[in-house]
Amino acid sequence: MRVALFVTCLVDGLFPDVGKATVRLLERLGHEVVVPSAQTCCGQMHINTGYPGQALPVIRNHVEAFERADVIVAPSGSCAGSVRHQHADVARKHGDRKLAEAAESTAKRTYELSEFLVDVLQVTDVGAYFPHRVTYHPTCHSLRVLKVQDRPLKLLKAVEGIDLVELPSAETCCGFGGTFALKNSDTSTAMLGDKMSAVLSTKAGVLTAGDSSCLMHIGGGLSRLRSGVRPLHLAQILEHTR
Amino acid sequence: MTTFLGMPTGGGHLTGEPFPKAAKHALGNAQLRRNLAKATGTIRAKRANVVGELPDWAELRAAGAAIKDEVLANLDEYLVRFEEALTSRGTHVHWARDADEANRIITGLVKATGTREVIKVKSMATVEIGLNEALADVGVHAVETDLAELIVQLGNDKSSHILVPAIHRNRSEIREVFRREMPGVDPDLTDDPRALAEAARKHLRHKFMTVDVAISGANFGVAETGALVVVESEGNGRMCLTLPRTLISVVGIEKLVPSWRDLEVFLQLLPRSSTGERMNPYTSVWTGPTEGQTSHVVLVDNGRTATLADPDGRAALRCIRCSACLNSCPVYERTGGHAYGSTYPGPIGAVLSPQLTGVDKNPTLPFASSLCGVCYDVCPVAIDIPSMLVHLRERVTESKRATPESTAMRALAWAMSDARRWRRLIRLGKFGRVASRHVPLPGWSTARDLPQPPKETFRDWWESR
Ligand code: SF4
Repeated sequence: MRVALFVTCLVDGLFPDVGKATVRLLERLGHEVVVPSAQTCCGQMHINTGYPGQALPVIRNHVEAFERADVIVAPSGSCAGSVRHQHADVARKHGDRKLAEAAESTAKRTYELSEFLVDVLQVTDVGAYFPHRVTYHPTCHSLRVLKVQDRPLKLLKAVEGIDLVELPSAETCCGFGGTFALKNSDTSTAMLGDKMSAVLSTKAGVLTAGDSSCLMHIGGGLSRLRSGVRPLHLAQILEHTR
Repeated sequence: MTTFLGMPTGGGHLTGEPFPKAAKHALGNAQLRRNLAKATGTIRAKRANVVGELPDWAELRAAGAAIKDEVLANLDEYLVRFEEALTSRGTHVHWARDADEANRIITGLVKATGTREVIKVKSMATVEIGLNEALADVGVHAVETDLAELIVQLGNDKSSHILVPAIHRNRSEIREVFRREMPGVDPDLTDDPRALAEAARKHLRHKFMTVDVAISGANFGVAETGALVVVESEGNGRMCLTLPRTLISVVGIEKLVPSWRDLEVFLQLLPRSSTGERMNPYTSVWTGPTEGQTSHVVLVDNGRTATLADPDGRAALRCIRCSACLNSCPVYERTGGHAYGSTYPGPIGAVLSPQLTGVDKNPTLPFASSLCGVCYDVCPVAIDIPSMLVHLRERVTESKRATPESTAMRALAWAMSDARRWRRLIRLGKFGRVASRHVPLPGWSTARDLPQPPKETFRDWWESR
């Protein structure tokens, strides 16, 4: 299958290893990966901070960049969620019906990585090997906007050698929330503190999730604590082989 | 963006300090955070249990949302029908555009009875309009009869939770409040819950027997018959509704359901979502005054019509004040209710208060959420609070002139809408490698390290492959 990668702005600029891991994983599973060069960002930060009007050209750019793709895969529940649940609405509310229709079509072809693997490719065992103690944080948007349910866990459980431990209060938000982390940094930090305590209580050496943004937040806190826990995106674990 | 001219906005207790500032105070109070985490954790588990046991919860929830939407879409007609039904059964109906007008009407009615004291059934609407203060101004003392409200009142405190107003207090704090403020209380009072309840009971019994004017709210009003419904746990509400000779009920105009049958849906949704009970202990329904009683209903707008005018915000008026969204909210669990500065705290407060007052008077509340979405999941009338918050954020930014934030966002959007511009910008990230080590990002770097920008972007890697 020919898969168009929507790498997301955060992964492109700050976490290229997550993009590389996604490419290698999909190629290993026998699929061709393309990276449409016109892509930039989904515009979610603008939408969620109160500037959906400014996001319109960003949405238009995204829709055009992926116009000809059959399937679009993003290593992010949050960005895939914005494409699927916000783009068409924002376009419609700002009176651009044509863009709204095009965005609806993009939405139908867009998958978050674990959804794509489990639902489209119908694999749970991707042939990975990862002999470490790992705990998994289900990110809010993958959980409640996309409803990926236990797909990431199914994929992780099939990894050879992994010691997967349950994260207490896993479904509680880590406190990131985009610009929330800056505008309400005290509350965000309090939420982060509880999330970090939960992570540390598992004695896992690796924290994984399907969103680099939340991992940047929790990982940034864990790094400040000199805790030694490594944040790794789901794709980076699934890519790992013997 | 639509502006809502000419409609009355809400006054009373709907605004406070900016949320981030108020939250900071609350976050520093370790006792408060412990009480909140314990109380919300318990109630969350109870709710999940009793909701989980109903196989048709999803259908009930959809029905609840649909009934409320139907009422809101035809609110003018339902209100007139409700008024007619009430009047025909001998209840006097009054209309109040805002908090001030409501208080004027109610204090007038109370003064006409000549009483110096009124007893109250727990009611959010009266807290919203600041009725107790308005009564105090004309020399009338209002006695709260709901146990938690009583604790709040005696402690000279403010409610922090819709349903459990004293959720921020624990037993020993409550004992202190009673010992200090309750006339004639046993000085050796312990913090045993039964002893505390008994002390409150004695105090309140005396009031029920001697005070002749009561003020209530209502959880629902039935448009068809004029029936009012109060749902509660202690039975004190029922005493208030039946014993005094004058009963004044203060009702938000959005509280209506079309017919008696519709209550079937809400009386299942409400107790399971709020206290985590299959059924609440007391449901009082009255249609017209009891014998020898004079009854008044004051219908309050206070910003509700303005809320109704916004198609992307009006669903907030579906709210049945169950407080499931508060109990589930990770922000509320840490800051408590006072940080929201309004009678309505938590996620529903963050979308309702700014709409009632106009966003200019409550510009920080729509941002008081990480948009984690748990409030939408638990809401029994399916209010999509996260999307509504996002919508209200737009109303806030639109209400302001250019700010440094809006200018930066505009520049970023300009870069992001073209791949060549965007790539040039993120390649600057290489310079960021140097900068990020030395320049802290305010609000972020206090508790988190910034990631080291990589040597090459993903796209550079991809193209060099
Ligand atoms: S918004 Fe929904 S969950 Fe929150 S109090 Fe209202 S009805 Fe309950």
